[in-house]
Amino acid sequence: MGLWFRYARVALMGQFSKRSNLVVVTLAQLFLTLSALAAALVLFGRFGTLAGYSRDEVLLLFGIAQVSFSVVELLARGFDSFSAILAQGEFDRILVRPRGTILQVLGARLEFSRLGRALVGALILAHALRALGPAMGSGGPALAAARYATVASMTLGSGAIFAGIFVLGASLAFLSPDGLEVVNIFSDGGREMSQYPLSIYDKALRRFFTFVVPFGCVNWLPLEFALGRPGASWPAAFLPFAGFAFLALSFLAWRAGVRRHVSTGS
Amino acid sequence: MSASGGGIAAPVRPGPLAPYLGLFRMRLVRGLAYRAAAAAGVATQFFWGFIMISVFQAFARAGYSPLDPREIASYVWLQQAFLVLVVVWFRDAELIRLITTGDAAYELVRPVDLYAQWYARLLGGRLAGAALRSLPILLVAGLFPEPWRFHLPPDLAQAGLAFVALALAAALTVAVSMFAYILALVTLQPYAAFILLAPLAEFCSGLLVPLPFLPDALRRVLEWLPFRAMLDLPARLWSASLPASDSLRPFALGLAWLLVLVPLGRAALAAALRARDVPGG
Repeated sequence: MGLWFRYARVALMGQFSKRSNLVVVTLAQLFLTLSALAAALVLFGRFGTLAGYSRDEVLLLFGIAQVSFSVVELLARGFDSFSAILAQGEFDRILVRPRGTILQVLGARLEFSRLGRALVGALILAHALRALGPAMGSGGPALAAARYATVASMTLGSGAIFAGIFVLGASLAFLSPDGLEVVNIFSDGGREMSQYPLSIYDKALRRFFTFVVPFGCVNWLPLEFALGRPGASWPAAFLPFAGFAFLALSFLAWRAGVRRHVSTGS
Repeated sequence: MSASGGGIAAPVRPGPLAPYLGLFRMRLVRGLAYRAAAAAGVATQFFWGFIMISVFQAFARAGYSPLDPREIASYVWLQQAFLVLVVVWFRDAELIRLITTGDAAYELVRPVDLYAQWYARLLGGRLAGAALRSLPILLVAGLFPEPWRFHLPPDLAQAGLAFVALALAAALTVAVSMFAYILALVTLQPYAAFILLAPLAEFCSGLLVPLPFLPDALRRVLEWLPFRAMLDLPARLWSASLPASDSLRPFALGLAWLLVLVPLGRAALAAALRARDVPGG
C-alpha cells in the first residue's frame, strides 16, 4: 500500500509538471460527460419518463456509471493501456522486480485527468440521491440504511466490473499484442449502456450483460430495492457482489496470461 | 547539367488542382489500408448504434415522438455508418504532429496553398474511413429484424438528396474542424481546440440526440447553425422524416455556411501563420 502511494505521488507530480496538458484532458473528460448528460436531460424534457423510471431515478444510474467508470479508469489505466506496456518492454522490467505484477501495473499509469468525469458524475449522483431521499428514506432507518448501502454497493460493484474488463483486456493482450479496441465495446460501451436501466434493451443483450458481464446486477435489478419500490425483493440488494466475482475471475485470466507470457524484447 | 536544368524550367504543366488531388488521393489510399482499425470501429459502431436506438425508442414509447421507431433506426444507422465523415473528433494525427513539431514550416516552402492542402488531406482521410466502415454497417443493418432495421429511402430522389447532403456534410465538417487545426497552430496545444468543439458539434449536429427530439426553441436556433447540415440533414433525408420539399432551406443554409467558413478559415490560417514563430530547429 505504501508503495502504491509512492507510485501515485510520482504520477501526480509528473502530470502536474505538464499542467496545461492535464487541464486540457481533464476539461475534455468534463465536457464529454456534460454533453452525455445534456442528451439525457433533453430526452427526459421531451418524454418525461423512460420505461417507468423518472428522470432522477435514471440520473442515479447515470451517476453510478460515470463515477465508477472514471475512478476505475484513473486507478487501473495500466491495465487499460496494457498493450502499450507490453510493446514497450515495460512489463519485462516489472517481472524482474520483487513485487506483485498487479500492484506494479496499477502503479505504472494513473490518469488524474479522469477526475473531470468523476466530478460531473459525483454531482449527478449527489443530485439524484437528494431528489430520491424521501422515497429511499421511507420505512424506517434500518431499511433506509440498507437502500443507501445498496447504492454504495452498486457503485462499487460497477467499478469492479469495469476493472474486470480492463484486466481481461490486458490478459488478452498477452495473446495478441495489437488491436484490442474491441475491449472498448465493453468498457466505454458498458458505461454508455449502464447509464440507463438495462430493461430498455433487447433480451439477448440484457442476458449477456447480466450473466456474462454482470452489469445487470449493478443496474436495474438492485435498483428497485434501492428506490424503495413496493414489492421490491431485498435479496436483489446482494446482486452487486456479482461484480466482485467477475473481477476475481478476470484476475485468474490475468495470472494465466502472466504465466504463459514470453518476452518480445531483446 | 544544363539539360536537366532545362527539364526543371519547362516541366509539363499539371493542372492547378493537381497537388491537392494528389494529396487527397494519398490520404485516401493510405486510409484504406487501415482495415483492422476499421473492423474494430465497425464492431464498436454496431454496439453504439444498438444502444442509441434502444434508448431513443424506449423514450419514444412514453409519448408523442417526432420520429417513429423506423425513422429512429435509419437515422442512427446512417449516422454510425458515416461517423468518420462527419464527427469533429476524427483527427488527422499526422497533421497535428506536423503542426506541433513545427514541420508544417516545410509545407510553407512549397508553392501550394496551405489551406487547400490541409483541406484535401483531411477530406481524403475522412472519405477513406467512411468508405471502409459505411458499407458493412449499412448492409448488415439492413438485415436486422425490426425495430432495428435500416431502411432504404422511399424513392430515388430522396436517396439522391441524402447523398448530396452527405457530400455537403463532409465539406462542412472539414471546414469546421479546420479551425481546430488552426488553433492548434496558434496554441501548439494539439487537442485544446477539439475538446470544446467536438462535444459541441456532436450535440448541435444531432449525433447525441436526433435534433427533432430537442426542445422546439433550441432546435430552431440550431437549425441556423452549420452543425445541422453536418449530420441531421442527411440522416433526416435518408430516413425520410424530412420530405425533399422541405430540404431547400437547410441545403441553402449549409451551402451558405460553407461559403462563409472556407474564406474565414483561410484568413484565420494566414493570420496564424503571420503571427507564429516556427518551433524546432
